[in-house]
Amino acid sequence: MARIIVVTSGKGGVGKTTTSAAIAMGLAKRGHKTAVIDFDVGLRNLDLIMGCERRVVYDFVNVINGEATLNQALIRDKNCNQLYILPASQTRDKDALSQEGVGKILDELKKEFKYIVCDSPAGIERGAFLAMYYADDAFIVTNPEVSSVRDSDRMLGILSSKSRRAEQNEEPIKEYLLLTRYSPERVKLGEMLSVDDVQEILSLHLLGVIPESKSVLNASNSGTPVILDEKSDAGQAYADVIARYLGESRPHRFIDEKKGLFGKLFGGK
Amino acid sequence: MPTDPQHTTLLPHALEFKSTTFSVPVLILGSNDAVNIKLQLQDKIQLAPEFFKNSPLILDLHELNKQDLDIDVSSLIALLRSLALLPVGIRGATTVQLQQAIELGIPANSGTNQAAIETSKAQPEPHQVTASEAEPSYIAVSTTLITQPIRSGQRVYAHGDLIVLAQVSAGAEIIAEGNIHVYGTLRGRALAGVQGNEDARIFCSDLQAELISIAGTYKISEDLTESVRNHPVQISLQNNTLTIIDL
Ligand SMILES: Nc1ncnc2c1ncn2[C@@H]1O[C@H](COP(=O)(O)OP(=O)(O)OP(=O)(O)O)[C@@H](O)[C@H]1O
Ligand SMILES: [Mg+2]
Repeated sequence: MARIIVVTSGKGGVGKTTTSAAIAMGLAKRGHKTAVIDFDVGLRNLDLIMGCERRVVYDFVNVINGEATLNQALIRDKNCNQLYILPASQTRDKDALSQEGVGKILDELKKEFKYIVCDSPAGIERGAFLAMYYADDAFIVTNPEVSSVRDSDRMLGILSSKSRRAEQNEEPIKEYLLLTRYSPERVKLGEMLSVDDVQEILSLHLLGVIPESKSVLNASNSGTPVILDEKSDAGQAYADVIARYLGESRPHRFIDEKKGLFGKLFGGK
Repeated sequence: MPTDPQHTTLLPHALEFKSTTFSVPVLILGSNDAVNIKLQLQDKIQLAPEFFKNSPLILDLHELNKQDLDIDVSSLIALLRSLALLPVGIRGATTVQLQQAIELGIPANSGTNQAAIETSKAQPEPHQVTASEAEPSYIAVSTTLITQPIRSGQRVYAHGDLIVLAQVSAGAEIIAEGNIHVYGTLRGRALAGVQGNEDARIFCSDLQAELISIAGTYKISEDLTESVRNHPVQISLQNNTLTIIDL
């Protein structure tokens, strides 16, 4: 059975698009046919991160309006032939998406793909609503700061009351926490919430902690999802996330401060 | 078929009878208006879908019959079943109603209640019916149970007691006409006894609330002293002031 994953947060700029690109690539690399959809109509970001911005002909809104078929609009990824991108429109406003239209496209995608990753826009308005409405799983992207945690909590409330699964009284959406831009050094200085603090407030299953990393910026500049940078900490952290999502157990990494040379040589915590 | 004791004792042990007490929600009807009942039930179920799904239920018609309001038991049972509720007993019914219930496999559940009420005594006078119909109808379900966290922006209202088995987030609001129990951290707003019940209480296993209120008397987060914050507490109303004591 196909699964629809929404990557959402409430708050803007926390790493949803970075995460959507990484996990879509991660799942596809594992051999699962995956589509990733940009729901951020008007801004269009995902295609840049995926490095396919110069190959966009048709977009999500064209398909909804019947101006193009799904196959015409889907862009096959340059690095992985199991991965397809459905870009957002830059020229339309966000009312261009309709609930039935989105439902129809997702139904069609479900016939061909194992995973459908929906990159939600920020906020709790229409775009974010449509991105989460049909979801089976939700990746809640949260930064370790109070306002981001609060917005995530709000989004969780919406998932559990306004989604299709909630409306039809089905098994609720499976919710996973992804703590991104985590910096153990800043946690130690008391400038950021710790993993435990966030867990305590949200009480959610922690799928992974993605460290604050320069590799993310490098990856988005070069238009390749950071998970392909296997040497980077963020890339490895996303690979762990995929493994855990697929049911493998991996210990959490990148939660403690990096040990300096001294610490490495002499061990100990 | 007469049983042969010598025969059955030779058979391997297959069953045993035990007497046990279960707690089952009782649905007390205060109106015989099917449409109204359905709407209000749907509202209730909405608040805790998991709790009500396939939940057993005892029907209590005592209030109705006291007001001489008749109801067709078979269509009532059909309605309940269509909402995934499972009526398992009836009480406070008239002989006719009881008969209808038994035909549908639902036994009388007298408990401490009187036996079936005689229909002959319940001949309504027309003006009485109109008077009671004009009153707001109500359905009393004793307790609302919530098992999922209540998140920021969510609001839950319980006509009776409210039990939450998870946390209540900051920015969430839980409201009950009766008592409130939170078996998790209470970070949001909790309002008990909102229809004026001054005996209502709030219990929680970790008090970090933004606001607590009983029958309209409230305290905000700032008013909570360090001696009770982050503690498991019981909150009650004594001489018009909220009293918070450790559990
Ligand atoms: N782990 C990380 N380390 C360092 N920078 C990061 C990390 N994750 C994301 N960023 C940076 O944060 C910024 C926002 O990321 P991104 O666009 O993925 O967020 P978003 O939640 O999709 O934003 P929006 O709400 O605007 O859609 C980008 O500049 C990105 O490079
Ligand atoms: Mg984005």
